[in-house]
Amino acid sequence: MTAKPATGTTSILKTAFVNALIALVLFSLMVGIRTEAGASGQLTYWTRFGELASLVAAVFGGSIVIELLRQWIGPTGAEKLVPPAVQSGMSFIGRYLAPALLIFTLLVPVIFYNQRYILDLAILVLTYVMLGWGLNVVVGLAGLLDLGYVAFYAVGAYSYGLLATNFGWSFWICLPLAGILAAFWGVLLGFPVLRLRGDYLAIVTLAFGEIIRLVIINWQELTGGPNGVSGIPRPSFFGIPLDNSDDGLAAKLGIEYSPTHRIIFLFYLILALALLTNWATIRLRRLPIGRAWEALREDEVACRALGINTTTTKLTAFATGAMFGGFAGAFFATRQGFISPESFTFQESALVLAIVVLGGMGSQLGVALAALAMIGGFELFRGLETYRMLVFGMSMVLIMIWRPRGLVGHRAPTVYLTKAKAISSDLVKEGHG
Amino acid sequence: MDYFAQQLINGLVLGSIYGLIAIGYTMVYGIVGMINFAHGDVFMIGGFIALITFLLLVSTGLTAVPVILLIVILVSMAITALYGWTIERIAYRPLRHSFRLAPMLSAIGMSFVLTNYSQVAQGARVKPVPPVITGGYTLHESADGFVIQLSNIQIVVVITTIVLLAIFTWLVSRTRLGRDMRACEQDQTMAALLGVDVDRTISMTFVIGAALAAVAGLMYLLYYGLVDFFMGFVAGIKAFTAAVLGGIGSLPGAMLGGLAIGLIETFWSAYFSVEYKDVAAFSILIVVLIFMPTGLLGRPEVEKV
Amino acid sequence: MSGDKILSIDRLAMRFGGIVAVQDLSFAAERKKITALIGPNGAGKTTVFNCITGFYKPSGGAIRLTHDDGTTVALERLSDFRIAKQAKVARTFQNIRLFPGMTALENLMVAQHNALMRASGFTLLGLLGVPTYRDAEKRAIDLATDWLKRVNLIDRADDAAGNFAYGDQRRLEIARAMCTEPALLCLDEPAAGLNARESAALSELLLSIRDELGTSILLIEHDMSVVMEISDHIVVMDHGVKIAEGTPREIRDDPKVIAAYLGADEEEAAAVMEGGA
Repeated sequence: MTAKPATGTTSILKTAFVNALIALVLFSLMVGIRTEAGASGQLTYWTRFGELASLVAAVFGGSIVIELLRQWIGPTGAEKLVPPAVQSGMSFIGRYLAPALLIFTLLVPVIFYNQRYILDLAILVLTYVMLGWGLNVVVGLAGLLDLGYVAFYAVGAYSYGLLATNFGWSFWICLPLAGILAAFWGVLLGFPVLRLRGDYLAIVTLAFGEIIRLVIINWQELTGGPNGVSGIPRPSFFGIPLDNSDDGLAAKLGIEYSPTHRIIFLFYLILALALLTNWATIRLRRLPIGRAWEALREDEVACRALGINTTTTKLTAFATGAMFGGFAGAFFATRQGFISPESFTFQESALVLAIVVLGGMGSQLGVALAALAMIGGFELFRGLETYRMLVFGMSMVLIMIWRPRGLVGHRAPTVYLTKAKAISSDLVKEGHG
Repeated sequence: MDYFAQQLINGLVLGSIYGLIAIGYTMVYGIVGMINFAHGDVFMIGGFIALITFLLLVSTGLTAVPVILLIVILVSMAITALYGWTIERIAYRPLRHSFRLAPMLSAIGMSFVLTNYSQVAQGARVKPVPPVITGGYTLHESADGFVIQLSNIQIVVVITTIVLLAIFTWLVSRTRLGRDMRACEQDQTMAALLGVDVDRTISMTFVIGAALAAVAGLMYLLYYGLVDFFMGFVAGIKAFTAAVLGGIGSLPGAMLGGLAIGLIETFWSAYFSVEYKDVAAFSILIVVLIFMPTGLLGRPEVEKV
Repeated sequence: MSGDKILSIDRLAMRFGGIVAVQDLSFAAERKKITALIGPNGAGKTTVFNCITGFYKPSGGAIRLTHDDGTTVALERLSDFRIAKQAKVARTFQNIRLFPGMTALENLMVAQHNALMRASGFTLLGLLGVPTYRDAEKRAIDLATDWLKRVNLIDRADDAAGNFAYGDQRRLEIARAMCTEPALLCLDEPAAGLNARESAALSELLLSIRDELGTSILLIEHDMSVVMEISDHIVVMDHGVKIAEGTPREIRDDPKVIAAYLGADEEEAAAVMEGGA
């Protein structure tokens, strides 16, 4: 906690002691005393001095370890943990990592055919990869900070959920509709917030996300309120259901039915959607609109001086990002078969944003790796439900301190004359809107 | 009319609480230029510490309410202030000159940490407290039997707020610390060159903001009779709205904005719908930011080309 | 003055609250000529630029741009990006505004946004990869390459603009403005921070833009050696008003101009004298 580097043993001990003392005060009441409402509503409490003592001891020990590490690594601390050689190596690996990762992903259902847990987890990771890539258009390319991305995910999910349960429309009709509706909401949000910059934009998008969630909770006639929408149809293989019936895909192909078929179908469905997002983003970056997004992130005033309509440029970024969020939402609804407002909290927005920033703002591969690390890491704490968000929050803080620029610290140019040279992220701006 | 007057009182009390939280946002934004996302959770922690201190004092057999309240207010201010200091030290200081998104994400992470720390440490259930300050005055009773009540707790909330504001205004305008804070707000590099300890000043800003949030937490506890681990999020956004509405960076603005948000929320609940009161508050945030981004008392920003 | 005017400013006024930055300013810039706007610091030159290029909305007065085909555009009625897009006025900035995280080539490609946008069928055709777009992109790269050669930066086409030396950034910014194929090029202190050799190269570049491409240039400049060497016409401002205008020779001998500079700043006055000597 104390910034001054301690040198001698005594000063290390002193620092650790001070930190432990601070921890003692901080935790004294919050951890040392546990309150609970009794049966009659009367508050009771009991003491937990054992836990308090072990926490304080942990801080004391942790401080010593950190101080020792600090001396061992040197004054620059965390930055040195990733030596430049490794960083340049990463871009080299990057060239082969992406195709290797893609091939591996394609083979996941083959390798883990009967491991339902792994397949489910893979689907979850891919969903976040897609969300990350979608948000990357807004945050990473256009430099517009969006803290309400989950709203578009929700719009997509509810579009499909409601259209399918009320009108019986198929997934394949609803999927583009979900994207279009989400894009429409993206434009709707985009219009008023165009003039805002930086933190203000962030807070308005956050408010927008909350408004959508609150409306979903309260508009019970349409959305079922907190109870959500259930009985959402599972996707069909272009009209052929994936079930045990005589019309099912298994029966038509003459193979034995297995519930794994549907999981595998869902896996390839989200993989296809994610790859579509990736393909579109890579393509858009090389088109004038994509370059304008990046130019907007670099310098909005210069864009205006070059005759670029910054309003429509921002709106298209919002709409494109929102559309991908909508697709992902429709997928989420069909996979779960049930949606409720609980799935669309601010935490989801923060998680997706954390994936984008950890990925390295604008790097497709970085986002995919970050999604894998985040969702995979999250999964490790599945057993400790209440500690999950605590650990997530802590890792967000630590990751930002460790690598504020994310995993992949360079930008690839969209066009070149002789040779594409990676641009260090120190030069790349982060946008002000 | 009587109903209106009653809502006005309720709104002003709620607004005082928002205003106290909003000061923390506005101060930090003014000096460091970041939204301290964790500030709403600091308010929540303040509420919990007040609750626990209160419980401990009552169990010792102390009965004098003013003495209890005084101790509770001091203990919760002190410990919550230390929380504010620690948060800045761990999550924000290492990122002060980093790229802009980093402190924001770090703050969001810190907010998650505090919310879930509180849930893990104190459980997920709502913690109720019996009314501590009871009684009040009947200001007016109309023919149809509607009564305008001014409860003692409302008086306590408003008076505490006024006293704190007076102390705080004195602190910022008359003391060395206040001068350093204003200097850092203008230009940190220049302030440092002129011998202002920037690190210390920023730390103190967080400490003062957290202490005021702790008082807001205590007021909330007394007024609504409950705390829970999730109350910081919504209260935080509303207080931020208040800070923006008042003009971010402006201290009287934060209080004014707090009162405005409190009144709007109360009247919206009273006359339109309780369910959509948060929607109303968030919509106001959006409308204010779009149409008057400098708020009521903020300084206009001129675009430099 | 006589001749074919591309830009005429009539009684321009700009106030910020109570502060009058520009007052009752009238002057004109001739087609295919270089017009310089000079004056001591704080004279209101950049404000005039910001009014012309749409970053400020003037409090009063008219700014007229007449194209080669005779069509006239009222610039004070167009807002920001439309001035560059429709009126074909390009500008550079006093404190260079490149896209630092993009390569030199990318910077010049962004400048051709509107033309490429049309060619890409507003993204849809481009997404499908139709050949017409690919041709348009190739032409855009050719134009950018041509400009990179002109400003002597072709070897650094694929380097990030943020890594360029100061003088190179200045030249790249001019190339970027020229890639929008403007009718009027507005340069805000293009020689600021350049050494003598770079200033000379800049003068040469601006003269070639005027003579070979026939682009009209309006520039703000403190470096009097550049101003006196390349300007066809000079407008002198002080405290928001015009105090003199004429050819470089007339300006050099104008006592009002010398007084304005002497009153403002000795160093600058010396620069005027030096430029005139």
